[in-house]
Amino acid sequence: MLDKNGIAKRIAREVKDGMYVNLGIGIPTLVANFILEGVNVVLQSENGLLGIGPFPLAGDEDPDLINAGKQTITTVPGSAFFDSALSFGMIRAGKVDLTILGAMEVSENGDIANWKIPGKMVKGMGGAMDLVASARNIIVAMQHVNKAGESKLLPTCSLPLTGLRCVKKIVTELAVLDVLPEGGFRLLERAPGISVDEIRNATAGKLIIEGEIPEMVL
Amino acid sequence: MNKVIASADEAIRGIEDNAVLGLGGFGLCGIPENSIDALIRKGVKGLTCISNNAGVDDFGIGLMLQTRQVRKMISSYVGENAEFERQLLSGELLVDLIPQGTLATRLMAAGYGMPAIYTPAGVGTEVAEGKEVRNFNGKDYLLEHAFDIDYSIVKAWKGDTQGNLIFRMTSRNFNPLIAMAGKITIAEVEELVPAGELDPDHIHLPGIYVSRIFKGSNYQKRIEQRTVRTA
Repeated sequence: MLDKNGIAKRIAREVKDGMYVNLGIGIPTLVANFILEGVNVVLQSENGLLGIGPFPLAGDEDPDLINAGKQTITTVPGSAFFDSALSFGMIRAGKVDLTILGAMEVSENGDIANWKIPGKMVKGMGGAMDLVASARNIIVAMQHVNKAGESKLLPTCSLPLTGLRCVKKIVTELAVLDVLPEGGFRLLERAPGISVDEIRNATAGKLIIEGEIPEMVL
Repeated sequence: MNKVIASADEAIRGIEDNAVLGLGGFGLCGIPENSIDALIRKGVKGLTCISNNAGVDDFGIGLMLQTRQVRKMISSYVGENAEFERQLLSGELLVDLIPQGTLATRLMAAGYGMPAIYTPAGVGTEVAEGKEVRNFNGKDYLLEHAFDIDYSIVKAWKGDTQGNLIFRMTSRNFNPLIAMAGKITIAEVEELVPAGELDPDHIHLPGIYVSRIFKGSNYQKRIEQRTVRTA
């Protein structure tokens, strides 16, 4: 079973040289720490930056320089600042190659819910609805089951939706799965030490298992 | 032409109860601290505030929530503010949550003189309820209307006496868009210089969008999430 860093490390292998990538809050932010040697990418922050760098050294924090999670950051050489309309303009125009974000639920046809639990929790959608409506490739980083032990990979989402038919791939502590255009989660890889049966038991939506399922390489 | 005003209290003159305000900033980054303090001193109530976030419990717009001056918030993300969430869930505060890009583009539309825009954000979600859906080239889009803002209040790094503005790093965020969308726009700046001192090639927002400008003071510039690495 993977921890949060393990999930981020596996997703980092999906990040290819030359990509513009938007990382959501939480596990997706950790992906930046594991991008492979020789893979040069530009990280987009939807509050208005291309070229996110590492966290600053203590004492170098600048309140005018934050990421979309409101964390203090730095820039890398070649970075650019812009306003929020331009930021979502480049997202809407499909210029961002890959979006990695968290989710509360994903359905077997690629619907995603991640912004609201009616009556309990309302944080807002932030930029998630814009990102999932326009990104060419969307990978979800999340736990396979929720705190109550219920599957988050469902036939249909029960929570208010963020976007329709948009998730392409999911990486959880148990597995890597593709979401097929015709519907269904196709199991691609198992986390180290996890059996196909454990993944099957944790998946409520339609799970497609073809042939031997390899253990993931980290 | 000289748009310079002496103080925040003078800059917000004319803002009455039930006004529709736009406020710049993302989280606590680039928020008009001096003007928010002046609004609290003035005590105007029943405000509608269009702002990406609502500050935190004890800073930014969060301060105006504590004083119950806000009747309605139009925002994209309100996490990290317990009082906001409490007022929302109890029904004391009206809240429109809208996608961040939709928020930005509805402001841009107002500043560009366009009545509405089409965006795919929110199609098939509760955001789409009651909205026109139109298909272009095989993809569905929602019709979203430009904002109608009485007073826009923004924070810039540098400004000149003509109202030209330059922002610093990610504190630009929603500020130029909010500024463009107001019938009357108030800009507070860290550094105010005479016309001619800013390079025209470096202006982020031309002064035509700014009605009043003043030099702010005592900026706290709070950091919401202080994250550092070890050397």
